[in-house]
Amino acid sequence: MNVHFTVNGEEREAAVQGPESLLFVLRERLGLLGAKDACEQGECGSCTVIVDGDLVCSCLVMAADAEGTEVLTVEGLATEDELHPVQQAFVEHGAVQCGFCTPGFVVATAHLLEHQPAPTEPEIREALSGNICRCTGYGALLRAVQSMGGASP
Amino acid sequence: MSVAPPDATTAPGRVGSSTLRPDGVPKTKGAFAYASDLQDERMLWGATVRAPLARARITRLDIAPALAIVGVHAVLTAEDVPGLNAMGQIVQDRPVLAENEVTYWGQPIAVVAAEDRETARRAADAVIVEYGELEPITDLVEGHERGLVFREHKARRGDPEAHGEVAVEGYYEVGTQDQAPLGTEAGIAFPDTEGGVDVYAVSQWIHVDHEQIVDCLGLRPEQVRVHPAGMGGAFGSREDLSLQVHLCMLALHTGRPVRMVYDRQESFASHVHRHAARMWYRHEADRDGRLVRVEARVLLDAGAYTETSPAVLNNAVYFAVGPYQCPNVFAEGYAVQTNNPPSGAMRGFGAVQSCFAYEAQMDRLAVELDMDPVELRLLNALETGDRLATTGQLIEEPLPTRAVIEAVRSLPVDADRPGNDPLGLPGGTGLTTPPNSVVRGVGFAVGIKNLAFSEGFDDYADARVVLTAAGVEVHTAAIEVGQGMVTILQQIARTVLGVDQVAVIFDDTSLIGSAGSTSASRQTQMAGGAVYRAAARVREEALRRADGDDLTGAGVWRDGTVVATLEELCGSDPIEHEVRYRHIETAEPDEDGQGSPHVDFSVAAHRAIVDVDPELGLVKLVRIDSAQDVGRALNPQSIIGQIEGGTMQGVGLAVMEELVLDRGRVLNANFTDYLLPTFLDAPPVQSVIVEEPGSWGPFGAKGFSELPTISSTPAVVAAIRAATGKALTRVPVRPEHIVGIE
Ligand code: FES
Ligand code: FES
Repeated sequence: MNVHFTVNGEEREAAVQGPESLLFVLRERLGLLGAKDACEQGECGSCTVIVDGDLVCSCLVMAADAEGTEVLTVEGLATEDELHPVQQAFVEHGAVQCGFCTPGFVVATAHLLEHQPAPTEPEIREALSGNICRCTGYGALLRAVQSMGGASP
Repeated sequence: MSVAPPDATTAPGRVGSSTLRPDGVPKTKGAFAYASDLQDERMLWGATVRAPLARARITRLDIAPALAIVGVHAVLTAEDVPGLNAMGQIVQDRPVLAENEVTYWGQPIAVVAAEDRETARRAADAVIVEYGELEPITDLVEGHERGLVFREHKARRGDPEAHGEVAVEGYYEVGTQDQAPLGTEAGIAFPDTEGGVDVYAVSQWIHVDHEQIVDCLGLRPEQVRVHPAGMGGAFGSREDLSLQVHLCMLALHTGRPVRMVYDRQESFASHVHRHAARMWYRHEADRDGRLVRVEARVLLDAGAYTETSPAVLNNAVYFAVGPYQCPNVFAEGYAVQTNNPPSGAMRGFGAVQSCFAYEAQMDRLAVELDMDPVELRLLNALETGDRLATTGQLIEEPLPTRAVIEAVRSLPVDADRPGNDPLGLPGGTGLTTPPNSVVRGVGFAVGIKNLAFSEGFDDYADARVVLTAAGVEVHTAAIEVGQGMVTILQQIARTVLGVDQVAVIFDDTSLIGSAGSTSASRQTQMAGGAVYRAAARVREEALRRADGDDLTGAGVWRDGTVVATLEELCGSDPIEHEVRYRHIETAEPDEDGQGSPHVDFSVAAHRAIVDVDPELGLVKLVRIDSAQDVGRALNPQSIIGQIEGGTMQGVGLAVMEELVLDRGRVLNANFTDYLLPTFLDAPPVQSVIVEEPGSWGPFGAKGFSELPTISSTPAVVAAIRAATGKALTRVPVRPEHIVGIE
């Protein structure tokens, strides 16, 4: 079957076989390799995207269920010549090491700040607790998010 | 084909500044190519048939049903391995594909290539394998008693009759930890038109992979090119081969590019883990607290094949006493063969296991002596001019053990009681224990580890530095695993050459010599050392060519004016120098383990503060602070990142991370059941960078990135002991150990 949806503002159509996940279709059929696959179980957040305004693990969403939705992936955040402020803050604060978790964290942080422009430290930790980072120990991630949210680092 | 090795753009930034990583921008945009992103229009997907048992004879293997599936191009078994059916960087003993028997859970038996991922997986399922199950050896002591030992190592130093007035004994265990890099094993192989192959896959040392792949494929070395590929972390798990030979075999067999990406369960099943350990210790001291004698016996669970176990085992013994002086030491260790999952390198490499034991011993000794545990450590601290307790090696390089201890001790401590905010207490809002029965504890630990390769190994790194009109190119086979190699090499080249425009190019094995392993905390000193020296020669030649006295991006200067621009200097004739850099020679120790097997050491200290709910056995880390010996800080931001990340892996081992095994099978090979620290588990970390420049690393820098993982685990457990009064001799500490219902 084919699924039709809007991805990063563009109408897209993709072939879907059986139970393929939205993550697989984004990566393998649409060539959007930003969302990562680290567990396929909803545990690590590497595959985080926004579907109709909600933050989801795209590995848990059946691609067929994305019919008619609006999907925002990490590729949809930066403009041609400017990083999204979250991306900029991550780069500046050393929140990126191997970077495999980064697309997921960037999308989750952008979503958080859109709904809660000045989160407290516990709110940041809670909101991002579905994303695993094995490299940074979360310190630089916290400083990056705090640098944008007004709450003092 | 759409494959490009990760390389670097440029940003200004010299040694000592927190220069931003050049790959930070593409990584935040999702535009950085990881091994799992590599693909080609003509590619097939590979999948692997794996053993469901830890020990069995293979009684039947039938690939016909898989081959019959439409879209399947190849199903290969042990018979199809063109060369040696054995891999391993120390001893080649692990089969590429199992032949007749399986010896660990998840061992590869056959590989398939098909038009798409689903078909490949279906084909792998369709291969018929029948087994005659054998009793797996899963108990370390039993394996040792049966003489199943890959390596034993002894350290005997001093007077066997010497004894102290005060003695403490202990038995300790460490569970099996997984590196859990977020990027799983992945790669792609391209056949060439002459029977050769190019492979791009996760690796920590492409040249040692190359040697093994060549042997397994039975090809000439120049027919195989191993390329670096974007890494989603490593932490030791990429030191041994995983899917490389499988990919090459399938690509050569089908004549098509073949891609494989392991899922998380396969990742857990296929790579080596941190060795589980059992350790028996006796420490003796005089009444003042000076160590007089240490006895230690260490068993490490190596799994079914050698891998890097001999080196891990030796490290566990070398650092059996830790960063302390002691004149009389009798230590022995055994790497035991079992049918548990394979073990090998993980950050800290043997020094982690002993540190958990010797630091618990130091705390016991402090109690016995009625002494402050930090004072006891300061009293015995091993420093420059002292001899390593196990080998007797004279410490010649800076070793600021007292400085790291003092630095951590002087950081402010939080209130000595937990607060009342449930969010800050163990269990969070779900806490059912009255907040005032939550107890707080403080724990302290110090760790030591060697840097770079030891024991007479010919340890070197090649690098080539090229100056062109456009700037500087640094060529290396060192691996950017996420640690920031690319930034450090840029900073070194910029600083030596005075030119801001520096691109780091990670070459394949046909284009540059080995950089050695990206492990053992060695690349800042080794690859960095090679780049430093090659850049210095480029600078010399530039000055000579234009008879100048300085070099910058503007060109060569003489007496304050530019006498040749880069274009004039090397526009048509680039200046190029390649260096093979070796650290000073080390030597194998004698039969008593005595001698000078190491080139250098680093130390770190941690202080952990925890709150514990003694009724439910829940632990909340309040904070964990650290001081780290780095020689000279080349990039403070990146150092802090290594300290914080490494510390959290040690916290994971302390309280949550362990493979749960049943008859050698891993029961929790997924992120739902193998728990990793999340944002909510991670406490604030305050880090102090201690600088005492060394003599041989670039600008005095020392490697250190394993250290934060070594002393963090014992510090956390010491804090839980302080809060609860429990002995807690095993990590990870589980609620049942605290509550005492086990
Ligand atoms: S890959 Fe989707 S949560 Fe891990
Ligand atoms: S930067 Fe490697 S997992 Fe987060």
